[in-house]
Amino acid sequence: MVEALDLSRLDNLFEKHQGEDGALIPVLQEAQNIYGYLPEEVLCYISRMLKVPMSKIYGVVTFYAQFYLNPRGRHIIKSCQGTACHVRGAKGVLESLTRELKVEPGETTKDLNFFLETVTCVGTCFLAPVIMIDKDYFGKLTPKRAVVALKKYI
Amino acid sequence: MKRLFSIEGFLGFQKTLFENRDPQRLRVRICMTGCRAYGAEEVRKAFKTTIDEKGLAEKVDILETGCHGFCARAPVVTIDPQGFFYQQISPRDVPQIVQTSLIKGKPSEKFLYKDPQTEYPIPLEKDVSFYRQQMKIVLRNCGQIDPTRIEDYIARDGYLAFAKALSSMSPEEVIEEVVRSGLRGRGGAGFPTGNKWKFARNAQGDLKYIICNADEGDPGAFMDRAVLEGDPHTVLEGMLIAAYAIGASKGYVYVRAEYPIAVNHIKKAVDDAKAMGLLGQNILGTHFDFEVKIKEGAGAFVCGEETALIASIEGRRGMPRTRPPFPAIAGLWGKPTNINNVETFANIPPIIHKGANFYASLGTEKSKGTKIFALAGKINNTGLVEVPMGITLERIIFDIGGGIPEGKKFKAAQTGGPSGGCIPASLLHLPIDYDSLAAAGAIMGSGGLIITDENTCIVDMAKFFLTFTQNESCGRCVPCRLGTKRMLEILQRITEGTGELSDLETLKELAPMIKDTSLCGLGQTAPNPVLTTLNYFLDEYKVHIEEKRCPAGVCKALIRYQINPETCTGCGVCRKACPQKAINGRAKEPHILDQSLCIKCGICFNECKFDAIKII
Repeated sequence: MVEALDLSRLDNLFEKHQGEDGALIPVLQEAQNIYGYLPEEVLCYISRMLKVPMSKIYGVVTFYAQFYLNPRGRHIIKSCQGTACHVRGAKGVLESLTRELKVEPGETTKDLNFFLETVTCVGTCFLAPVIMIDKDYFGKLTPKRAVVALKKYI
Repeated sequence: MKRLFSIEGFLGFQKTLFENRDPQRLRVRICMTGCRAYGAEEVRKAFKTTIDEKGLAEKVDILETGCHGFCARAPVVTIDPQGFFYQQISPRDVPQIVQTSLIKGKPSEKFLYKDPQTEYPIPLEKDVSFYRQQMKIVLRNCGQIDPTRIEDYIARDGYLAFAKALSSMSPEEVIEEVVRSGLRGRGGAGFPTGNKWKFARNAQGDLKYIICNADEGDPGAFMDRAVLEGDPHTVLEGMLIAAYAIGASKGYVYVRAEYPIAVNHIKKAVDDAKAMGLLGQNILGTHFDFEVKIKEGAGAFVCGEETALIASIEGRRGMPRTRPPFPAIAGLWGKPTNINNVETFANIPPIIHKGANFYASLGTEKSKGTKIFALAGKINNTGLVEVPMGITLERIIFDIGGGIPEGKKFKAAQTGGPSGGCIPASLLHLPIDYDSLAAAGAIMGSGGLIITDENTCIVDMAKFFLTFTQNESCGRCVPCRLGTKRMLEILQRITEGTGELSDLETLKELAPMIKDTSLCGLGQTAPNPVLTTLNYFLDEYKVHIEEKRCPAGVCKALIRYQINPETCTGCGVCRKACPQKAINGRAKEPHILDQSLCIKCGICFNECKFDAIKII
């Protein structure tokens, strides 16, 4: 049985951004921090409270890479594919992770433990090639060492 | 938090903070921004524990600073007052450093940087070759102060430029000073900043906006991140001066969400400036109002483009629009808006404080001042460097950057990210300035400088950039949306061995068309990596097409891994590491790689300790 979402957790967001121009994106960002992703019910509630049509909200959440409409895993793996990382073997690191986790970027593992995604540049280019798992950085990786980094989170 | 109600009050406060500085004070300055990703927090804890244990807590300040610049040697620590520079420090090194440097006042040789040529240890930060040729104007406070303490910034002449402008200069005089300094936009396009401010000043409107573009999206660029993390007040002060100059009362800092420390530090800076009375209504007792809000990006490279950024602040899809009207006339919510990059704003306080003549004495005739570059890729000294305009690429890459790792051969320097071009070895003598780089078909860009070596495939690089711009294209205009797709398809074919020579002609035809007809800078510059690589590395493209070979050993469809039976010791490391079980052999006997099972992941090549695996 699926639990109903507690939408009241959003209420103080609307209070906080009351009367603010351009509040949609900050509200979506903070809503995603609460639920981990943006369920449809949450988007509908935001639409009603901010008086913004669902079509516009859908346009915004599908435009920006930061927003997810599906649940993600317990741990978020970001494999940097920026230029400095690319030149130092980021592609091999990513392939190693997709092989090990048996998911493609943008997917969650079956046990819901990991969500794998690519990002272009987290700004720590001296660590190239780098991955982030949640807020932790793992740098100067090889395809093999990337898999070793996952162990801490299993 | 001290609250200031007048300019005199501020000046008195600043003088007190300045005079209270103790140049002989023992300080441990640890970078807690970039280095945090490499263990700086544990090092800091070790210092705190050891200093407390030795009863030195009253005598020694531990300062959590921003970026020192030499990221390749993270974690870095500098000890004051001497300026002993320690690098690659781990927690177990700390007791010795405390004993030798803090208690005995001597350098601890084991942890000093060693000159790669002479192998002599260099005790002082200012003498390390990485730093010697730099000139830190924008980065003057990074690594020297705690960025979360406004008092640290003020003690080092912070907000004096703003006080000067507010008390003794008219807005027009401020603009004139910026014009005379010759400052050009540091976001990449290099438009004269003073002129941009003039347009906004002259625009009609009772409500004007200042926006700081901190959406540093170029992969490989981290200059703005370091400034926001290490010295956020210099950016705020620049915005204040700009707001005063153009008559704006509201400002936004639009910072990408991928920089959480930068977001935190700029938020703290705004809160502190407000509490002190440097932001808000009737600032320092004058009629000048200015308030700043922070907006976080949501993961769209195109939002670095000014009209897309404005759309994003307004809560819309980040799609650019045609100009005119330019944002200076009709920008955020239709009001006159001046947008500048982080580094541009950070240059303003030194210009106003020390004067336009000082600034214009640095750099070249048409490119004044300094520029921060983020050195990354195949280079020994990855990190941030600030150099006067006009220095040659050769000096940046070899003298400051320490050259190419493992003695490999330099191939090209990529500037300007996905909008930029590559500069080959033959042009290394080029002085860095906006015009010489443009003449070579490259651009200065925001400052990302990626170095590549003989094992980087230039066709693969062009494909990499096109993949990026294709992904990030907002989709609004046909030339960019479809043009980048077609160019990418051609590059994919070439890297897979199915390219034809006529493809090169198609690329040469498509590229200028996309440049001329795209709606915004993303599309207009997307063909640049293709154009410059075709210009300087045509042969490499031809080898991929005619010989179906990748000389750098990168394009998977065109390479094979092979075990050399003469050097293979049969250790079995590759056999165990291979994810496809494609390698077989008995212990101590040369192993064999089954090409039909090989997926070219490169793991065996990375793991082999005997150099027995070759890419052919």
